Amino acid sequence: MIPMLHALLIAPFSDFEFMRRALVACLALALGSGPMGVFLILRRMSLVGDALSHAIMPGAAVGFLLAGLSLPAMSLGGFVAGLLVALLSGVVARVSKQREDASFAAFYLISLAAGVLIVSTRGSNVDLMHVLFGSILAVDNASLLLVAGISSATLLAFALVYRLLVVECFDPGFLRAVGGGGSRIHMLFLVLVVLNLVAGFQALGTLMAVGLMMLPAIASRFWVREVWSLALLSVAFAFVSGYAGLVISFHRNLPSGPAIVLFAGLLYVASFVFGRYGGLIATLWPGRHRRR
Amino acid sequence: MSLIRLADVTLGYERHPAVHHLSGVFTGGTATAIVGPNGAGKSTLLKGVMGLLRPLGGAIRLEGMTRRDMAYLPQQAEIDADFPMTVQDAVLLGFWRRIGAFGAVSRAMVAAAEAALDKVGLEGFARRQIAALSVGQRQRMLFARLLLQDCPVILLDEPFAAVDARTTHDLLGLMRAWRAEGRTLIAVLHDFDQVRRHFPHSLLLARELIAWGETGAVLTEDNLAAARAACDSWDEQAPLCPEGGE
Repeated sequence: MIPMLHALLIAPFSDFEFMRRALVACLALALGSGPMGVFLILRRMSLVGDALSHAIMPGAAVGFLLAGLSLPAMSLGGFVAGLLVALLSGVVARVSKQREDASFAAFYLISLAAGVLIVSTRGSNVDLMHVLFGSILAVDNASLLLVAGISSATLLAFALVYRLLVVECFDPGFLRAVGGGGSRIHMLFLVLVVLNLVAGFQALGTLMAVGLMMLPAIASRFWVREVWSLALLSVAFAFVSGYAGLVISFHRNLPSGPAIVLFAGLLYVASFVFGRYGGLIATLWPGRHRRR
Repeated sequence: MSLIRLADVTLGYERHPAVHHLSGVFTGGTATAIVGPNGAGKSTLLKGVMGLLRPLGGAIRLEGMTRRDMAYLPQQAEIDADFPMTVQDAVLLGFWRRIGAFGAVSRAMVAAAEAALDKVGLEGFARRQIAALSVGQRQRMLFARLLLQDCPVILLDEPFAAVDARTTHDLLGLMRAWRAEGRTLIAVLHDFDQVRRHFPHSLLLARELIAWGETGAVLTEDNLAAARAACDSWDEQAPLCPEGGE
């Protein structure tokens, strides 16, 4: 039994260096993406993460065309493109008085189409697949450092602006009345979102990166009720998803990115069914545990 | 003497004025109710006084006080009532001027928050989630936050909208205590009986000033009819006023 479990759960990592790197990358990604997702939900921006992940595409594609499969070039391109879309959306929303999510939708669609066009004129389908879905099994030292660096910066930034972010979500009018808040904090937040998506992009691809950000955060809302515990639990969910996804993709020879995100999706469905707060069973049979 | 002086103030959004050419004074230590039909610009005026909205024209001057002396309670609709946060944390925000974004919360502050919760009738609610509160309880919690803010001037935007009678009664009691302490109250209200009983001064607004002064002289049948007529006849797409005129 034990040897079998070892072969199933541990051997992939003890035997292969690329699997260990991938696991460390998942841990680093989870540390940054977990709290990020929680704040995206609290700010009612769940879909903005998705929009920005698409927006990163053309930047990464340009980087890819100019420098080949070079992580710094693709990451920088992705970061610039993501930031540009975030900025433009914010500016247009303010000028035109349209809702910010509408301008986000407009710009990410333009950005995505441009990205696909750029890749397809010059690259092959394999390249497109790589940009879209990444490959966590090809993570090298440079990308590990990038991911770890971004996660560290994210956690530090959250530690600094935690209270501001919380109050701005809860009661923005109050925060402005006492002289805090404003658009700077929103911009910093958007920069952090783009940074974390860029971090996830090498490992999971532009489209999958947002999955590891949102699914664990949404799932954890079924279990706990404070911002800090939501953040902790979504880090745990994200890491477990990373680990399980890697194991599954190793044994079944499946692409790792979708395996990781699908496992996170499984955690979400399970949370929806069994969760303490708003879960299906808790809602259909409330208070059943008390009657026993 | 502290006061808030409005000089020909015009406030609005997207360059379309919502409050027109308003002049007058909120004197320190008075309680003024802002009343008027829906869409009369009452909340807009409050936001302008609080400095959250820059006047399109005219000026709002504070004399003998600063914005730091003002506490503001937004409409409930502007608050995320489902936010994962304990009642205690929400009330402690009343100390924002002292703790800011980075400062520590002292034991004395926690004790003061508990005392404020007792005072608004929410004993033992400190550890509860705000999402579990009723509308009335939530308003009591926000009044506890106002207690901690301890400001000489308090602005309230529809503090009793959708709030039960018992809570309204209790919170009106708090407001009476604030008046007795010499604080300045400015509240957007709908219930004229409430206004007549608790607010010596009123400001009747219908996009433009209809009347401002002693409540008895403001809330007359003629004035109220004029306010309704002024709001009904308002053209939403009205252009900006020509320079120097109505």
